[in-house]
Amino acid sequence: MGDFDFNVIWSSLPFLWQGLQLSLWLTFLAIIGGIVLGTLLALARLSGILPLSLVAATYVNLIRSVPLILVIFWFYFLVPLALGRPVGSFYSALIAFVLFEAAYYSEIMRAGIQSVRTGQVQAGQSTGLNYWQIQRYVVLPQAFRNMIPILVTQGIILFQDTSLVFVVSLRDFMTASSIVARTEGRLVEMYLFAALVYFAICFSGSLLVRNLKSRMAT
Amino acid sequence: MIEIENISKWYADFRVLSECTTHVDKGEVVVVCGPSGSGKSTLIKCVNGLEPVQEGRVIVDGDEVTAKNANLTALRSRIGMVFQHFELYPHMSVLENLCLAQEKVLKRDRAEAVTRAESLLTRVGMADHAVKYPSQLSGGQQQRIAIARSLAMDPIAMLFDEPTSALDPEMIKEVLDVMVELAREGMTMMVVTHEMGFARKVADRVIFMDEGKIIEDRATGEFFDNPESDRAKDFLSKILNH
Repeated sequence: MGDFDFNVIWSSLPFLWQGLQLSLWLTFLAIIGGIVLGTLLALARLSGILPLSLVAATYVNLIRSVPLILVIFWFYFLVPLALGRPVGSFYSALIAFVLFEAAYYSEIMRAGIQSVRTGQVQAGQSTGLNYWQIQRYVVLPQAFRNMIPILVTQGIILFQDTSLVFVVSLRDFMTASSIVARTEGRLVEMYLFAALVYFAICFSGSLLVRNLKSRMAT
Repeated sequence: MIEIENISKWYADFRVLSECTTHVDKGEVVVVCGPSGSGKSTLIKCVNGLEPVQEGRVIVDGDEVTAKNANLTALRSRIGMVFQHFELYPHMSVLENLCLAQEKVLKRDRAEAVTRAESLLTRVGMADHAVKYPSQLSGGQQQRIAIARSLAMDPIAMLFDEPTSALDPEMIKEVLDVMVELAREGMTMMVVTHEMGFARKVADRVIFMDEGKIIEDRATGEFFDNPESDRAKDFLSKILNH
């Protein structure tokens, strides 16, 4: 152990913290965007309007059949082409994450919507609420609440997946750790530390999920 | 007020309603009874279009519910419905449950909706529970609130789908009391129920259904004292002498 120098972590904390902020910010925005788009996809899929549900189903199945890293590449190269100007690594990665995660969130929200009893919809209908009002005020709040543990779990996976943004040269926490590891020649220390940070964040997330589940069970 | 003309309905090959015809006049209370699976619930859900029919017509207050271009949301806002499992919105307080459709459908402002909600909660004896959530209340309390929620829309008629079937016996009375009072005030009501005491007390007519057909449709006294069909006799003997 005498050869290890953990001081390197201390001295590069500001740099690592910047990386972690990017990871967390990207995760946060991608969760929000993914849930919003995913919910719309789930509603489209369950709308009973054939073309709409077909488009949504195709999208979800297509996205879920490709690796995330490919989607990140796509948008890195496609978005500037479509817009005619570069949008920067961060925004292209964010778009990729939102579009990718939406496919997974839509499946979660679909299960959530289906977990709401038909009687709830009928109660809404019987008071004259229209389809959108029923979704907005009756179904989605319950669907969302029923699915919170799974939505958080998916958020944890998303947080881990943000480490893939190194492919578009974004400096997230993982990338920042790698840079320090290589420039300082302290691979073991840095990768141990990175693992610890990921573990601490994800494990807290799992504890939160467990806590939410037990609270919902009562 | 409610005209049901020769309606039939199938689920795939299974015929749930078979050429049913009946009517409910303004201020009339009609009880629908029959063995389970006889189509009673389906029949009243056709009245507000929750269940579409393949044949026949349903007309409520001059508007055809079964018309292709029927404005169902507008129609439904005028017909109250109470469900077997209450179907209060679990994520909303009692007050919010009563205000939602008032504000979103009738476009009442908040103050007006709250005033109406509070007066109805008082009427069903639940004034002290406005800020509670449905899960904090007993089944009987929830059902009384569900009735108040429907009444908040000032309906021209009320449909009840087995309102006491999911209740513990000691809570049935508190719900029936509210319904009896409503009937006495002249509300037009169509009630699917096994509560024959309630039927005898307030119903003007009793409809007896079996296998998707209306077997008897008669004045309450005649139905109980002198049922015509063997199936109704059989049903009554089982339900009254247990």
